[in-house]
Amino acid sequence: MAPTWLGLPARRGPEKFPVAARRALADSQLRRNLRKATTTIRARRAEVVAELDDWEQLRAAGKAIKDQALASLDGYLEQFERAAVAAGAQVHWARDAAEANAAVAAVARAHGAREVVKVKSMVTEEIGLNDALAADGIAAVETDLAELIVQLAGDRPSHILVPAIHKNRSEVRELFLQKIGGVDPALTDEPHRLAAAAREHLRRTFLAAKVGVSGANFAVAETGSLVVLESEGNGRMCLTLPEVLVSVVGIEKIVPTWADLEVFLQLLPRSSTAERMNPYTTVWTGVHPGDGPQEVHVVLLDNGRTRVLADEVGRQALRCIRCSACLNVCPVYERVGGHPYHSVYPGPIGAILTPQLAGVENASSLPYASSLCGACYEVCPVAIDIPEVLVHLRAEVVESKPHRTAESTAMQAMAWVFGDERRFAAAQRAARLVPLSGLVPGPLSPMTRWTSARDLPPIPAESFRAWWQRERGGAPEAGGARMAGGVRAAGGASEVVGVPEVDEAGEAGGASETGGARERGGA
Amino acid sequence: MNAREEVLGRIRAALGPACGGPVEVRRDYRRTLYAAGDPLDVFAERVEHYQATVTRVGVGGLRAAVEAALAARGVRQVVAAPGLDPDWLPAAVGVQLLADDPPLPIEALDAAGGALTGCAVGIAETGTIVLDGSRACGRRALTLIPDYHLCVVRADQVVGGVPEAVALLDPRRPLTFVSGPSATSDIELDRVEGVHGPRTLDVLLVEG
Repeated sequence: MAPTWLGLPARRGPEKFPVAARRALADSQLRRNLRKATTTIRARRAEVVAELDDWEQLRAAGKAIKDQALASLDGYLEQFERAAVAAGAQVHWARDAAEANAAVAAVARAHGAREVVKVKSMVTEEIGLNDALAADGIAAVETDLAELIVQLAGDRPSHILVPAIHKNRSEVRELFLQKIGGVDPALTDEPHRLAAAAREHLRRTFLAAKVGVSGANFAVAETGSLVVLESEGNGRMCLTLPEVLVSVVGIEKIVPTWADLEVFLQLLPRSSTAERMNPYTTVWTGVHPGDGPQEVHVVLLDNGRTRVLADEVGRQALRCIRCSACLNVCPVYERVGGHPYHSVYPGPIGAILTPQLAGVENASSLPYASSLCGACYEVCPVAIDIPEVLVHLRAEVVESKPHRTAESTAMQAMAWVFGDERRFAAAQRAARLVPLSGLVPGPLSPMTRWTSARDLPPIPAESFRAWWQRERGGAPEAGGARMAGGVRAAGGASEVVGVPEVDEAGEAGGASETGGARERGGA
Repeated sequence: MNAREEVLGRIRAALGPACGGPVEVRRDYRRTLYAAGDPLDVFAERVEHYQATVTRVGVGGLRAAVEAALAARGVRQVVAAPGLDPDWLPAAVGVQLLADDPPLPIEALDAAGGALTGCAVGIAETGTIVLDGSRACGRRALTLIPDYHLCVVRADQVVGGVPEAVALLDPRRPLTFVSGPSATSDIELDRVEGVHGPRTLDVLLVEG
């Protein structure tokens, strides 16, 4: 199968996440911009979420509704199609990006349009629609302010919700002065002035547009309705003024009933822009005579989603409603921004979505782009257990590797040593005989990538086992098998805490399920 | 195999025996207002939180309130939704009233200073007004192109929470949920009012 297109080449030569992340970390302006933006939005989100005393019930309902939609996705898609067609829409199906792009281009060509206006949409970025249309001689005009900034700068989006989060106001001002013809040279960097300049710049384009292109936040199976949430009114312009509208909709956007929106219209705005409600939400169902586009197309897109659906652990990623709350709380994202993820889906959700959509072999470093701290799971409005999926994908990455890595060899050697009491004791004695510096790999060793980011604690003069032997004599009862399964080394204290003993099958209870991932607290 | 059949087939294969399995959805969240207080007070407070204004008026004072709002904003030409009660419409000297019936060309909407409409539902919890394309709300372009929107909300149209509003709305109509004037948070995640939609929103909340 050809690799799934995710807006960017999935494999960009040898550059993996750690390499790109290191470069981003060196950009202090970028880190300042990101810290300011993510800190602001985190605090505001916490406030508006705290306002609803039933947030957890809403969250559980959001999760369940999405699971319900996914469990019968084939039937709901057919139902959506019937309802949309009955309301006057034309429904197209696309297996991949190329088919979706071709469907949009065919509509534009049929109307002789050389230009289409676009509502910000993740899915059209995912399929690289703008480039595909350009190859057909059709210009796609991004109308969302942040997307406009990114497009004018020839840059790439770095955040799901605020694609230009990596740029501050003075950088935006500079860009407008350079790239927008006729901008008042006295333009200041106040955000309302910058917004006014964008309004002026796009006004004629909106009023003259013949074809609009959008995505959708939700597709209602029961009624065939599509829903777009936005802030600026550029969405309303694109959804209302053109004669023709094409909406590209990922198949996971389905919700079964209209009433389900009572949950998502509460979860999404509070999680994304940290508002009680976003300024504008548009709902349309096919063609509304005398109001808005009189020719309406919907392109239902797979592009790797069914591959995600096939993975029982990973399929929860399809619940995502693209709020970006997980980006804003992620300590990794806050420091490196969106670009090192090399996907239109950055941050924690990107780290689980990109490898699944594109195949882990094409994004093998992303499941490691996390400290597994769990903040993403806590804020997720549809309760996607991102750390669980990350751990699951790490296992897939290891299994997909054709050759042994230094890490897997070391782990195997360690398992051999830990597997036998005498070998373990001998290793402890040996460790104390070698000076510490001798244990730390030199700069040319393949292990430096591990040790450069981790502190090695000093090795104590006497091990616990030796101390026990000296103080109490005799063989320690609590050692052996119990040590391997039930002792937590956290904090250096060897203490048996409430961890289940190794069972007959040799598997520590719960560790293979979600428990293993959940024990990450405090990281 | 065509794309439709193939995508549906992939879904069935991906789900395997789990396909079509029941999933219980517990709807034990609140259906009504969270905030304490009179829904109308909450509605007014939350609409104003978005930098819109709310003026509370009695039925008898509505026309004067419409005229006062237009005068305060310096709007001399206003397009009215086709189904408004004639008693609301401004009659003051110096205000030109245009009817969007039959629909005006987009250029005429662009040249007009403002739009005057009713609404379908108001949501107190979120300070939201919902327009549904009915004759009192007008078509969607009417409340989008002019730079000023004056919206009349009857007290009996205001509900507490989002679930109550969703239950009252018909998705077969074109719906627009409006929460304040157009805004953006795209520069440093600061909310700034006024981008492509109307940059000013005034609400007249009619009681009695």
